[in-house]
Formats: sequence, C-alpha cells, structure tokens
Amino acid sequence: MTANPGGTPTIVLVGHGMVGQRFLEALAERGLTATHRVVVLCEEPRPAYDRVQLTSYFSGRTPEDLSMTDMEFIDGHGIELHVGDPAETVDREARTVTARSGLVVGYDILVLATGSYPFVPPVPGKDATGCFVYRTIEDLLAIEEYARKATTGAVVGGGLLGLEAAGALKGLGLTSHIVEFAPRLMPVQVDEGGGAALLRTIEDMGLSVHTGVGTQEIVVGEDGAVTGMKLSDGSELVTDLVVFSAGVRPRDQLARDCGLAVGERGGISVDEQCRTVTDPHVFAIGECALAADGRVYGLVAPGYEQAETAAATIASDEAAFTGADLSTKLKLLGVDVASFGDAHGTAEDCLDVVYSDSRAGLYKKLVIGRDGTLLGGILVGDAEAYGTLRALTGSVPPVAPESLVLPAGAGAPAQLGPSALPDDAVICSCHNVTKGTIRGAVTDHQCTTVPEVKKCTKAGTGCGSCVKVLGQLVTAELEASGVEVDKGLCGCFAQTREELYEIVLALRITSYQELLDRHGREEARGGDGCEVCKPAVGSIIASLAPSIGASGYVLEGEQAALQDTNDHFLANLQKNGSYSVVPRIPGGEIAPEKLIVIGEIARDFGLYTKITGGQRIDMFGARVEQLPLIWARLVDAGFESGHAYGKSLRTVKSCVGQTWCRYGVQDSVRMAIDLELRYRGLRSPHKLKSAVSGCARECAEAQSKDFGVIATSNGWNLYVGGNGGATPRHADLLAQDLSDAELVRLIDRFLMFYIRTADKLERTSTWLERIPGGLDHVRDVVVHDSLGICDELESLMAAHVSHYRDEWAETINDPEKLARFVSFVNAPDTPDPVVGFVPERDQMKPDLPLLTIGMRRTEEDVLEGSAQR
Amino acid sequence: MTLAPETTDLKVRLRLADGWFTACDLGALLPGRGVAALLPDGRQAALFRDRAGSLYAIDNRDPFTGAAVLSRGLTGTHRGRPFVASPLLKQRFDLATGQCLDDEEVRVATYEVKAV
Ligand code: SRM
Ligand SMILES: Cc1cc2nc3c(=O)[nH]c(=O)nc-3n(C[C@H](O)[C@H](O)[C@H](O)COP(=O)(O)OP(=O)(O)OC[C@H]3O[C@@H](n4cnc5c(N)ncnc54)[C@H](O)[C@@H]3O)c2cc1C
Ligand code: SF4
Ligand code: FES
Repeated sequence: MTANPGGTPTIVLVGHGMVGQRFLEALAERGLTATHRVVVLCEEPRPAYDRVQLTSYFSGRTPEDLSMTDMEFIDGHGIELHVGDPAETVDREARTVTARSGLVVGYDILVLATGSYPFVPPVPGKDATGCFVYRTIEDLLAIEEYARKATTGAVVGGGLLGLEAAGALKGLGLTSHIVEFAPRLMPVQVDEGGGAALLRTIEDMGLSVHTGVGTQEIVVGEDGAVTGMKLSDGSELVTDLVVFSAGVRPRDQLARDCGLAVGERGGISVDEQCRTVTDPHVFAIGECALAADGRVYGLVAPGYEQAETAAATIASDEAAFTGADLSTKLKLLGVDVASFGDAHGTAEDCLDVVYSDSRAGLYKKLVIGRDGTLLGGILVGDAEAYGTLRALTGSVPPVAPESLVLPAGAGAPAQLGPSALPDDAVICSCHNVTKGTIRGAVTDHQCTTVPEVKKCTKAGTGCGSCVKVLGQLVTAELEASGVEVDKGLCGCFAQTREELYEIVLALRITSYQELLDRHGREEARGGDGCEVCKPAVGSIIASLAPSIGASGYVLEGEQAALQDTNDHFLANLQKNGSYSVVPRIPGGEIAPEKLIVIGEIARDFGLYTKITGGQRIDMFGARVEQLPLIWARLVDAGFESGHAYGKSLRTVKSCVGQTWCRYGVQDSVRMAIDLELRYRGLRSPHKLKSAVSGCARECAEAQSKDFGVIATSNGWNLYVGGNGGATPRHADLLAQDLSDAELVRLIDRFLMFYIRTADKLERTSTWLERIPGGLDHVRDVVVHDSLGICDELESLMAAHVSHYRDEWAETINDPEKLARFVSFVNAPDTPDPVVGFVPERDQMKPDLPLLTIGMRRTEEDVLEGSAQR
Repeated sequence: MTLAPETTDLKVRLRLADGWFTACDLGALLPGRGVAALLPDGRQAALFRDRAGSLYAIDNRDPFTGAAVLSRGLTGTHRGRPFVASPLLKQRFDLATGQCLDDEEVRVATYEVKAV
C-alpha cells in the first residue's frame, strides 16, 4: 500500500543532519533512490554539514568547506531536498507530513533524524542578549559577531563540547572561563585522575576553570545584555558573553505530538531495526532516537550505524543496531584526550593499570579484566596508542598491558604495531571500518595510497583519529602484496642508503657521478644529483675509503663537491656566514699549555669562546679566510680537527674516574681518550657520540650516548643506542664486564654494522628502534656473529684506524685547497661585509641587524634585479 | 680591493648594467660547487658551474637569513632544472631563474653569465 496509489512508494526524511545525510547515502547504495521517491525536509538554512568539525570554522574552514552534501549526489539520485523548511506536524493516520511552508507530503516510510538540541539550564536571565548555544553554523556566526565587542566569555559546562567552545572563545581573543558543576572536567569521558591531568594542561593554556560550582543566575545590565553570572558558591563572575554547553536533549517533540512513544528522559523509542516501537512505518535514527539498548547516543558513529540499519531494513536486508562503542579521541585545545571501551571500569572484578605524570600532563589508564582482557581505558596528554588499544579492546593483548601505556624508555616499551591486530578489529570507529576491510581495499580494490583507501572505505573521513594507523596498515599491506613502496633515498636514487652502501662496497665505486649514472633513477642519470644524496654518498665513500681505494680526505677531487658546507670548510657555519672552530680535546682532558694556546688564538683573532656541551671549547666568529690561519696555529700546537662539523665521531666525554675520584673503579679518562682517538674522523650516517664513566654513578652520562661505557669492578659495560637531543633515549646494555680488548672489538663491530645498515641521518637510537629484531638482532650479529660478518666489520674498522689523517693538517699544507678559503674569488683579501660583530658580556656576538639591511623581499624589487645588499 | 691574478685563458663574465664584468677564471669553478664574487657596487654574486659545464650566477645573499652564503650551498638537478640549496636553512633556488622552489613568493636576482 502506498501513500500515492499507483505512484512510486515514498520515503520522507525529516532532518538533514549528519545522520540524515548518511541515511540518504545508504539508500542510494542499496538502489532505493531508484525505486522510491525520496523527500527531505531540512530545517537549517543549509544542507547537511560536518557538525563534528564545527569548531574548525574558527581556524579558517568556511561553511562551504564543512558541507557534507554534494548537490550532484542529491540531484543525481532525484532526491527532493527542501532546505529551510522544517516538518511541523505528522498525521500518522493519513501518513502525511506537513512542512512550515505548507507543503504536504505523503509517505510510505517516515524517517526521523531530527538530532538534538542544546540543553539550557532554567536559570534566570538565560535568554538575555549575549547568551548562546553551540550547535549549528548559525550559532557560531552569532557568537563570532557578538565577540567583536566582548572581552570576556564564559562557558557553562566542562564536557567535551564545553571545552571546544571555550577554546573557540579563547581563539576569538576573549578571556575564557569554564564553569562545570561536576568536580572535574569531562566527567563523562575521564575519571578523576584524567580530569586532573586535563585541568592542569588547560589552565596552563590560560583558561580559568571553575569546577564543582553551578550557575545560579545570569546577571543582566540595563540594556538587557549579559554582564556576569552568579555562581553557587556565592561568587560572581564578570563576563560579556555566555555559551551554554550543558548537554543535549533529543528533539522528539514532533514524535510526541503525533503519539509516538518516547523514553522517560526523552528519545524516540525504536527497536533493533531502528523502527519506532509504536508505528512500523516510522523510523528514528541518530541523536533523536532511544536505541533498543536503552541509550540515546550523542556521537556520530552510532548514528551512522543506525542510518545503515534503517536503510538495510527498508531494503529488506537483515540488519540490527544493538548498541555501540562510545570510544572517542579528541584533540581538545591541542591536548589529546581519548577514552574507549569500559573507561570507568564498571565491569566486575576489573583491575586498573595507571600511568600518571602530572608534570607532563600525562594520564593513562587501562582497564583489564581478571583474565587479562583489555576492557577499556583513558588517555590524556598522549593518545598515540589509541588506535591500537581501541582495536585490541575485548581481547587479551599480545604483550603486557603496562608496556602499552608506559612512555618509551621506561621499562621496555612495546612496539605493538597495527600488524598485531586481528582482521575484525575496528580501525575507524567513526565509520565502523575493520582492518580486514582496509586490507581488502588494497588487495581487492587496488588502492595504493591512503587517500584512495579513504575514498574507497570511508575510513579516516570522520574525526580523523585513525588516519595514522590507517597509513601504517596501507603501507604494510602494499608491501605484503609486493607493490613497491618507494623507499628510495631521494629523487635521484631508488635504493636505500643501506643498498647504496652495499653497491659502493661490492663494486668499489669511488665516484658519486659513476654511482648516479649507473645506479641512479633513469631520470636522474647524467644530472647533478641533489642536496640529499650528495652528502649521503659522500659519507659512504668516506666511511669505506681505505677499503675501496678512495681518498680518505674529504676535500679530494669530486668528493669536495659532495660535502655539506660545514664539511667543505671543515668548520661550522653560523647564522651570519661566519664559522666556529672546535679543536679535538680527547676525553675532555687538556693540559694548561694547550688551554693557553686556545686562549691566545681566540684573543688574537677576536673570537667568541664558549665551553661546549661536549667537554671542549668552541671559538666562534671566524671569517672563512681566517680559518687556515687559525688552524695553522692550532696544528702547530698539536691540535687536530674536532669534526664538530661532520657526521662523524664528535666527543667521547669522560668523568675523572678512578685516578682521582674516591668511587672510581676503572680509569675512565684513559679509556675515553683511547676510544676518541680510535674512532676520530670516522664518517657515519649521523654523528656519533660517546662517554665513559668511572663507576655506576655515571657522571659522564654514558647512557645518553650512541655508545656509552660504564666501568664495573670487573671491566666495562657497553651500552648502545642512547640519545640526547629532542627525543632522548636511554642506551641499552649490549654486553657486560668486558676487558679493554673485548670492549674495543665490540664497539668496532657495532659501529661498522650501524654504518652499513642505517638510513641517512639516522642516529643509532632510531636505527636500533627501526631495524627488524632490534637490540636482540644487533646483539646476535655483533656479539654472536650470527651473520658471519664480524671479521669483515673488524677489518673495515682496522682500515679506517690505520688510514686516519688529520684533515686540517692536510688542508693547510695544500695550496690549491687553501685557495678555496676566501670570501670572494675575485678579491681574496676582502672580508665579507655582511659578517660583522658587536660587543656583548666582554666578548662579541654577530651583528644581527646588519643581516637585515637591504633585505627586501618584495617581488618588484627582485624583478627589477635591484640591489640586494 | 685586490683582484686575483688571472691565469687561464677562459674568464667567467657577468652582465651588469654597464657591461660585462670579469669575475674569475673558469678554472676557479669546481663543478657542483660555487664561489662568491664581489661586484663593483658592493653587491655579491654566487657563481656556479654544473657538470655539463653550464654557468649560472645569482645574488649571493640568502633572502631567508640575510647572510651572504648561497655560493656555499650544495647544487643539484630538480625535474631537469639546476638548483642550489642554501647551506643555512636549506631552501632551494632555481639557478637559472632565481626562483625559490620552496616558497613561491621568494626569488633572488640572477645575472647573465658567460665564459669567454
Ligand atoms: C656547540 C654545541 C653547543 C654548545 O655550545 O655547547 C652544539 C652546537 C650545535 N649542535 Fe648540538 N651542540 C653541542 C652539544 C650537543 C649535545 C651535548 C653532548 O654532545 O653531550 C647534544 C645532546 C646529545 C646528543 O646528541 O644525543 C646535542 C644535540 C644536538 C642535536 C640533536 C641530535 C639528536 O639526535 O636529536 C642536533 C641536531 C642534529 O644533529 O640533527 C644538534 C646540532 C647542533 C648544531 C650542529 C646545529 C647547527 O646546525 O648549527 C650546532 C652547531 C655547532 C657549531 O656551530 O659548532 N645538536 N648537541 C655543542 C658542541 C659539542 C661539541 O663539543 O662538539
Ligand atoms: C561542536 C560539536 C562537536 C562535536 N564533536 C563530536 C565528535 O568529536 N565526535 C562525535 O562522534 N560527535 C561529535 N558531536 C556530535 C555529533 O555532531 C552528533 O552526534 C551528530 O551530528 C548527530 O547527527 P544527527 O543527524 O542525529 O543530528 P544533527 O546533526 O543535529 O542533525 C539533525 C538535523 O535535523 C534538523 N531538524 C530538527 N528538527 C527538524 C524538523 N522538525 N524538520 C526538519 N529538520 C529538523 C536539525 O536542524 C538538524 O539540522 C559534536 C557536536 C557538536 C555540536
Ligand atoms: S662516575 Fe663515578 S668515578 Fe666518575 S666521577 Fe662520577 S662518581 Fe666518580
Ligand atoms: S575513527 Fe574517526 S575517522 Fe576513523
């Protein structure tokens, strides 16, 4: 039976929000738009848009950017969309809907997707000028307009949306307050500990948070506009603008008016097929529906699932909505907050694993069942692991749960990638896409990029929190199916650094051009290479020089053209074009005579001196033409290059050790000097640092070094893969209680294995984390010789050690090379006028304003070729 | 200012507003490596020679930092076009047009250059 006998059956959708739009897409996918007339009544002045991303309007997204409605889709499927025309009444007897414009549409099936409305607590003054809610684009436009004349704003409600609204107010330049009745922020998603971490971070951002207080009254001035609010603790908050964000309520009035059953606390009652329990011709989906499991879902993912279920039911397919996961990951004001599964630990007998670092604003909690099943969790401050953890929820993780939340470095961090997940793990919860579906997109649908997979599966097109895991899965799947993922070094070489190393070693290639022309990418052959591969290949050739018959001197012949500017001038370029000079001071030990020489040279050349973080002395502000003169004196006094400029061994720091220190158990200074002299000049993928401590007190900080040595009463412990810098990593113990000879032999092997297999600019720490098998593999190779290459590694190092020559001594004795150390090829005695200095604290510093004089960046100037001085 | 003695036959010359200016011997230019030349009006030019022997000249000042260092950058080929990467913050500049490849709003002056 149809509403318009003889005509096509009609589906009427009331509400064109996110879920409504998804329902239309689901109808189209099932071919129902072809067999049915589809009429949509849309209340807002614009078709469906992305409400989840609403706040991004304030970071520059236009309402058009937010739109989710492709008019080609609407027209193409013959959907009749009535924008700005809400449904006013439903006559279930006659099966008609009447819209505000007077339009009457008969239906066979009516789908209500009316969403929810923001709840405004019934406080006096709530309707005053300057009071807003936060739900639609129109709300945002109104807030933005009003904020122009306001200086302070307050948000009522410290939940998810309240925090978003407060961030938006702050972004509009207002002093922002958050007033939350509950004792903590985001009471629904996080527990007390998480709320505390969140509070600290949010207050650090300059927002004022008032928890545990209610709003009693909005104070209004004579002109009827907001001036403040009275709080339940008796205080008054001065504010020009109030945004209510105290929760939402289902919009079920239309349903109530036509006699459909609604829940006690609102929501249109539906069954598992999303059909109203009252009328088989009427469905309700999204935030207006009270699902069969007794809940009203306020998130978009469950709404989408309901849309699919309703469309499937209409198409007579089997589908059911029995409940959904409330996992969320948000970036609130730049802070990661995620909760998933049974976040509050309501299951019987469950246990918590909690990691909390208040100083860093970190809080991580996992809820684990008695049998080890991961039930849920909360992450605040770092939600990196969210994608993996959410997908593992409901199963027993393959590694200890603690290791999933501990920061890297504390204990052994588990590297549990998405490859460990089962195929039915949900990767994208916004669109309910499983790992299996994503893999299928690559294998069956030939998607080769993340954007293609997103388009094909919809994964990653909602909140975006799964995109990282998505990328990892796509790469893994491509690799598994033999599709080539370009891992080449750069646009010139399709090989990795490791592969190029093998080619150079095996074929004894000593020239970059030969390597490029014979082994480069087709389009790069015969060209000039690029700034990425030139130094990388230069470094490989230098590391292997004695073994392949190349010159070990980096300024020799073609090699000079491959070096970064620092290596080319054997000094470190500073911001104004001058250089710094760092002589080697092995182990940090220096005799007074040599200290005096450094002092004299610095004085005579007017250089700025500083003790470095690497236990030596840096002299700054040398002009390029002064470098040979400075080095002539340094070499004369017995100094050598410190290679502060090279991707090579920097320093081996020492503590004073057994000789002087009452705790020392070995001679750490002697060992540091020995190691520094052994490995000096060794070119490597990235810089190499080391240290030797005389006892376990570790005054030399050896565990933060690429290879660090700590004395024991029986010998030496060797640690590898440590790093300071931006991502510090404590080194791992490779071997214990070594004799001097054993120690040196292991370091020889370790360094040569690293040089052979690391990527360009990859420190030992990242290398150790990346290579398959990690530390265990490296130990197998260098301690147990599992690959049978240790002899080769040792002989490569022996060749390096025996061929080492100081490159500065070599340079100052070579007139042709010295000729390069000039500011101007046509005026070798003229210094660069841009390099100037001004006094500071008894020394000098670069004259920075000099750098900006004459620097004009307008297009016009440049086109005229006018002087840029 | 003392000018370097000219020793080989071929000279690198730059076209300035008032005619051709001799910067240096061709032999002073190592393929793939630049040198800086001081111009009569105090400006600086960075001169380069690629492996095919073509010559290029651009302003030596790095527009991002103000330091006169472009001659000390590494050169290369990007989509068939020659470029130099600033040694300071690594932005690349097309040697033929002066256009910055990493920021379309930035361009450095170029000079016509020949070896005679
Ligand atoms: C001079 C010095 C600072 C000082 O005044 O003390 C310094 C200066 C520079 N450091 Fe450093 N670092 C200096 C000690 C350190 C230390 C401390 C140490 O070695 O014990 C560290 C942390 C330890 C570590 O490396 O693990 C350090 C971590 C870095 C990093 C981060 C490395 C990382 O793996 O994250 C960089 C950036 C890079 O190399 O990519 C860096 C890069 C630089 C550069 C090369 C940046 C640049 O391109 O201009 C600086 C130029 C050096 C110069 O002009 O002479 N510097 N730098 C120190 C020279 C030590 C020496 O005697 O050779
Ligand atoms: C700022 C903000 C941030 C959010 N962030 C997230 C998030 O990160 N993750 C998440 O999962 N969810 C988030 N949500 C919630 C999410 O937006 C909703 O769950 C989702 O929009 C619900 O879709 P819906 O279609 O049911 O309702 P809506 O998108 O609200 O659409 C309902 C539509 O029906 C219209 N309508 C109502 N009555 C009638 C009528 N009588 N006739 C015609 N039309 C009518 C309304 O005007 C509205 O356009 C956020 C919400 C907001 C406001
Ligand atoms: S590490 Fe030990 S031996 Fe070295 S200085 Fe510190 S306490 Fe003394
Ligand atoms: S989980 Fe939100 S887009 Fe995938």
